Amino acid sequence: MNMISSSAPLATHSAGADAEHLELLVQNVHCAGCMSKIERAVSGLPGVVGVRLNMSTHRLSVDFAPETLEPETILQTVTALGYPTMPYRAALAVDAGAAEERALLLALAVAGFAAGNVMLLSVSVWAGALDDMGAATRGLFHWLSALIALPAVAFAGRPFFRSAWSVLRSGSMNMDVPISLAVILASGVSLAETISGGPHAYFDAAVTLLFFLLIGRYLDHSARARARSAAASLLSMSGETARLIDPDGHERVVPLGDVAPEMMVALSPGEKIPVDGIVATGVSDIDSSLLTGEAVPETIRPGGAVYAGTLNLTGPLSIRVKAAVGDTLLADIVRLMETAERGRSAYVVLVDRIARFYSPAVHALAFGTFVLWWMLGAGVHDGLLNAVAVLIITCPCALGLAVPVVRVVAHGLLFTRGVLVKTPDALERLAQVDTVIFDKTGTLTRGELELVERPGDGILAEAAALAGASRHPLSRAVADAGAHLPKPCAVNVVEVAGSGVEGTIGGEVVRLGRRAWAAPGALETPFDGPELWYSASGGTYHRFRFRDSLKEDAVETVAALQALGIHVAILSGDHTASVAAVANKLGIADWQAGCRPNEKVDAVHEFALAGHRVLMVGDGLNDAPALAAGFVSASPASGADISRTAADIVFQGKFLAPVVWMVRVGQGAQARVRENIALSIAYNAFAVPIAVAGLVTPLVAAIAMSTSSILVTLNAVRLRRIKL
Amino acid sequence: MDVLVYLMPAALFLGILGLVAFIWALRSGQFEDIEGAAHRILIEDDPKNDRSPGA
Repeated sequence: MNMISSSAPLATHSAGADAEHLELLVQNVHCAGCMSKIERAVSGLPGVVGVRLNMSTHRLSVDFAPETLEPETILQTVTALGYPTMPYRAALAVDAGAAEERALLLALAVAGFAAGNVMLLSVSVWAGALDDMGAATRGLFHWLSALIALPAVAFAGRPFFRSAWSVLRSGSMNMDVPISLAVILASGVSLAETISGGPHAYFDAAVTLLFFLLIGRYLDHSARARARSAAASLLSMSGETARLIDPDGHERVVPLGDVAPEMMVALSPGEKIPVDGIVATGVSDIDSSLLTGEAVPETIRPGGAVYAGTLNLTGPLSIRVKAAVGDTLLADIVRLMETAERGRSAYVVLVDRIARFYSPAVHALAFGTFVLWWMLGAGVHDGLLNAVAVLIITCPCALGLAVPVVRVVAHGLLFTRGVLVKTPDALERLAQVDTVIFDKTGTLTRGELELVERPGDGILAEAAALAGASRHPLSRAVADAGAHLPKPCAVNVVEVAGSGVEGTIGGEVVRLGRRAWAAPGALETPFDGPELWYSASGGTYHRFRFRDSLKEDAVETVAALQALGIHVAILSGDHTASVAAVANKLGIADWQAGCRPNEKVDAVHEFALAGHRVLMVGDGLNDAPALAAGFVSASPASGADISRTAADIVFQGKFLAPVVWMVRVGQGAQARVRENIALSIAYNAFAVPIAVAGLVTPLVAAIAMSTSSILVTLNAVRLRRIKL
Repeated sequence: MDVLVYLMPAALFLGILGLVAFIWALRSGQFEDIEGAAHRILIEDDPKNDRSPGA
């Protein structure tokens, strides 16, 4: 299968003296074997200087000598290995995230270095306070701490300062405001304390706080960066060029960007359709599984509509262009996904909702402490020191840990069962889910057409001999089923687009295809899946029936979800009859068939408008926008790359039980988070009066903060007792 | 306490050494493909594979 017309001008750029650099997007790379296979094959080509496959971004970078090697050869080499490959279009990619991620990692490294070294000095000071450390040694230690901590805070604190500044300017609050204030004040006051030779410096509190918070920030960011790169790879799926038919009948290859509506484009069998259009001449079968999830190709005749990103299987077509690049359905899916994702980011996580009340309260309390001590005649210095102690002790260490620790435990629990939670706040959303919407093909069902009824071996062998000539998935299934049998010789085999395959076996004409064409005299019996008919030599008719069967535990899973009080629905792009059959078997009353990607999104939005919290479970590219629109979303690992990236959660695709697990763990995690927040508040109720009273020295602050952190961590570990 | 004169510069030097090593690793692109690196150890050595392009 040639995904790209061979004459595509691939974009390369110069890489040093005599080498050109090419970036390709390679799909379905899952293991070390794939990596070494691809890298070895490409590096074996003459003229290749360097090759490296990046598994995180699925990008293959090749440096080669342009005079000895054509870029198309590289693309064809990888495609021939069985990995769908397309040129990576840098213009479409969103690379801004990568630089930001590196900046976060660097900030994390600096904060980690500072935290380790300052803590080393602080522990000595605490130990020395009990012993006989002189004021001069203590002063030296404080100065050294300041030397390490101040530049580190200035550098590593920037992500928080920037975020705090931008929300303050828009007149709202988030957790970054108290964090920034506490870090800046703690550093400033500690510096003043150091200069005046005082006993209390909180440099360690400032840098460790930054270090722990940056860890969470980095993990959060790398998960989101992946989701963004999904859109880029989706756009790369439509072809790069089109074969234009000029009004005088001549064909010429043009870049996709030059195609405009009303032009005529020619398509060969096996070619990917580059634009949306209407068929002018020709009959063919179109594999639109990419867009609709429908496994059985659709027969298309003049006047029918075809969409970019689908595959022309059996016959040559000429189409009149309706929408060129940028306006196609595929581009629409990308836009739908982006809009849906933006809509969802409006959700405010519990911790930030608390921060709205918490931060003003903390700041008022600190300010009150300062005023109180100042009025009591303690002077600005002591008043400020106590106010800072209040800020540090209330600073969201326990609160900041309460949620991440529960997440780590819950994610670990799900991970050992083959469920990968990608979005940090997915668990919190899961706990609120009251509706689960499933896609049908590949999610509720196995997504493979199984031959469930077939004639005897002799006939199967004849049919398989014919079927081998076709690209149609049903023919493939027949060919596979008969692969082990000795086959008769079939000659003059031709594929009749939209009908089937015809050939001659033993001197007689035989046909394999749709009933009306291959077996016009056969009796029709109702069946909820696709069929093929074979007219054997001797004029007998034989039937092949296919079904996409349900996953083993689909019935139990739906029942378990309903037992949890969750409404279950199906949204499918498939035909009404097959969706109804599946819904019936599973006891689902609420289903819609024949949904296009945008209709799926609308349906998900309708549920949301009615006040429901939707968990969307789907695997196809056509589900990607709906996945992004769902309150939370999950995709089986067998799903399309784009869906796995759009989904918040990815699970091992053979069974459906993970859907129940994730909902139950989500609910359990939410309970632990609530308890942890209650614990933090209780801790504050105990610690704040001590801080206001001016009794918190750096040692007390360190002990109090770590005790509360240990408490919330231990509580989070209780989550492991959930039985899955 | 005179020993501090050697110990503290030594401790700081080692810390900075670690930080510099990390920054070097980050700059030289060792965090670009964390997933791939985990799988790469399973691939048998082949001198040609070690050459990475441009970056």
